[in-house]
Parts: sequence; C-alpha cells; structure tokens
Amino acid sequence: MGFLGQVGAWLSNPSRWQGVDGIPNRVGEHLFLSGLAVGIAILIALPLGVLLGHTGRGGFAAINVANMGRALPSMALLAFALPLAFSLGLGLGFWPTLLAMIPLAVPPILTNSFVAVREVDRDVLEAARGMGFREWHVLSEVELPLAAPLIIVGVRNAAVAVVATATLGALVAGGGLGRYIIDGLALQEYERLVVGAILVALLAVAVELAFGIVERLAVSTGARADSAQRDAPETASPR
Amino acid sequence: MTPGEPLIRWDWIVRNLDVIGQRVGEHLVLTGLAVGIGFVISFVLSIWIARKPRLYALVTWITGILYTIPSLALFALLIPVTGLSLLTAEIGLVGYTLLILIRNIVGGIRSVPADVREAAIGMGYTERQLLWRVELPLALSVIIAGVRVATVTTIGLTTVTALIGQGGLGYFILEGIQRFFSTPLIVGATLSVLLAVLVDAALVLLQRQLTPWARATS
Repeated sequence: MGFLGQVGAWLSNPSRWQGVDGIPNRVGEHLFLSGLAVGIAILIALPLGVLLGHTGRGGFAAINVANMGRALPSMALLAFALPLAFSLGLGLGFWPTLLAMIPLAVPPILTNSFVAVREVDRDVLEAARGMGFREWHVLSEVELPLAAPLIIVGVRNAAVAVVATATLGALVAGGGLGRYIIDGLALQEYERLVVGAILVALLAVAVELAFGIVERLAVSTGARADSAQRDAPETASPR
Repeated sequence: MTPGEPLIRWDWIVRNLDVIGQRVGEHLVLTGLAVGIGFVISFVLSIWIARKPRLYALVTWITGILYTIPSLALFALLIPVTGLSLLTAEIGLVGYTLLILIRNIVGGIRSVPADVREAAIGMGYTERQLLWRVELPLALSVIIAGVRVATVTTIGLTTVTALIGQGGLGYFILEGIQRFFSTPLIVGATLSVLLAVLVDAALVLLQRQLTPWARATS
C-alpha cells in the first residue's frame, strides 16, 4: 500500500470525523479563532485607517506600521504572547494564539484602509461637496464605496496571515488544524502530518480565493467603468 | 513562567552567549542560502519571461499560490519526501522568495522608459547589452527593494524551520515553549525581530552604494 493509500485508510477511520480531535471540530476551531482575530483587527484598524485617510493625517505612521508588521515573525509574536497570556492568567492554547494574531492582522488592514481612502480622487470629493454632500456623506457615499476593494485586499492579507498563524497555535497547546501537524511530527505519524498540512493549505487558498470574489463584487458599479486598477500596497507576507 | 520566576533571567543569557551566537549564525546561513538561491532562480526566470505577459501571469499565479500556503503546512508536506532536513527547509524558504523577487525584477525591467530603450537600440546596443547595461542598472533599486522584502520575510519564516530540526533562532522559542521558560522565548523572538531590522538597514545601505544616481532624487 502506497503512502496515498495509507492516507486514505487514515481518513476512512470514522474516529477522524468525530469528537474533539475530529476533522470537523479542528476545522471549526481553526475558523473560529481566525475569524475572531480578523474581526477584532477590523474593529481596531478599519475606523482608524479610514479616519486617517479621510483627514490625511498620520500617513507616514500608517504606511510604516505595515513594514513593521512584516518584520514581526509569527513565531516571535507567539513567543511574546505566551508569557503575556500566562501572566494575565489566561493560560495556554486559545489566548496566547489570539494575542499573537492581532498585532499581525492590524497592519495590513490599517495600511490598506488608509491608502484606499487617501487615494480617492480629490476632484470626485470636491464634486460631492459641491453637490452639497455633508462631510459624513462624502465619507460614507463616496470615499468608502470607492475604497472598498482595496480595504478588502487588506482584510484578505490579514486573514491569510491569521489562518497560517492559527496553525502555529498548536505549538502552545492550541486546537485547530495545526494540531495534526504538530502531533504528526511528534508521533512521526506522516498520515496525520500530511492530512493536516493539506487541510491547512486548502483553507488558506480558499480564504484567499473567497476574498478575491468579495473584492470583485465590492467594486461599485460607478467605478467599474473606468476600471483603473490601483495596486495594493504590498503588505502580505507568508507566515 | 512559573510563579516567582523573573520574565528574563540575565544569567541564563550570559551563560548561553556562545549558543546564542551559534543560533544567530545558523539563522543567517539559512536565510542567506534561501535568498541567494531564490534570487538566482528568480533572476533567470524573470529575464526569460519579462516580455512574455502570459507566461509572466502564469508564473506569478503559481508562485502566488505557493506564497499563500502557510509555512508550517508547506514544510509538513515536504517531510514525507525530503525528511527533517536542510533540503526541506530550503525548498520551502526558497519557494516563498520567488513571488516577491520575480515581481520586482520583472517590474524593474518593465519600468525602464521606452525612450531610453529606443535610444540604446538606436546607438547600436544588442539585446544583451541593452539588458545588462541599460535595463538592469535602471531596475536595480526596484530589484533591491524586492530583495529587502524577501530577506525580511525569510528571516521571519526561518524561525519556523527549528521545528524540522534546522536550528536558527526558532530553536530558542521551541525550547522556551517546551520548558515553559520565558527567557529563551524572549531571546529568540527579540533577536529574530532585531535581525530582520538590522539586515533590512544593511540592504538599504547597499542600495545607496549601488545606485548613487538615485540619491540625488530621493
């Protein structure tokens, strides 16, 4: 029986599909933790980035946050988060992983929302103001719709980085799909290792593709005509 | 992290200075190998595909998918094939450098103004001379910008290769997790960030040395 056959046999064992260590539960844990981290990062970074972009202040800082984020390895963030979570009495697993993910997810969302709002054509804003739009409406009806695709790219970059880092959470006794990789390595059980790796890779690619679709749908009909593709600032990094 | 234990035990750092130096060295070698090999592959590929938009799109699509795959998963996929080896670590690390490097090398070559190219062709430059004497020198700052991003990214990813037994600063992080001891955790994490910042600064200096003409304008 080849290795693929062994993987098939491993997968066909019903115990892989139920209970705490079953694939459905591990996928659920992975998605829940990742979704929570991205959600918190959006709450922190999106209003700040949009506000800075709208007022045009703090641009230097907003751009540099992204470069700093790149220099922070996921393993290092996890290493800092572990003693922090422990000293706060939050224990192992879930909390240190979540604490490591947030500083990772904030920079791409902050930078992209800043740049996206900042780069909206000044003439369009003047036109809106000339038509009597209040400042609030300029933001909500003009700037945000035009900025949406680039903001979504930022959220996508954050989400892909977070899904990868959630995998490392297994190192600090977290759940999620990284469990299979870390346990597979420890037990030298290559079926477990490879199944975990394939599921993590598929999940990351699926998240990337899903956001790609959302991004395309988010281009407002008015902006679609001139389809001036703006390049996203390069903030994604493999994790 | 046991109660009463300080966050950092300086005596541990002093006692382990030689090991710390050794791990920093391993980290730099792993990173240097990956960026070096990645650069050679990217350079050859980029020159081949720079003026072939469809091939370029295909290459960036494939390297883009590779770029999305979390490092731990990519290493884990390679382990049944290449084992817990340096080869496994380097295949993964090199793979992650390709997208950034190819994008920047091709972007740099393409950003050379058509007028400049035409002037060179008019002066009798062959394709090869055009590439080496005009396009690549003008593309140099964009190319080095790509090398900077690739290097900083690789220094971060190299912290993960400790899991497949290849040393580097990630070793301290794993040691800290396993022994539940915060000093090596903080040493490994701080040094990996510091290394990324310092190497990036060194590459900025290199860029200034190599492109003196850019200094006047920037």
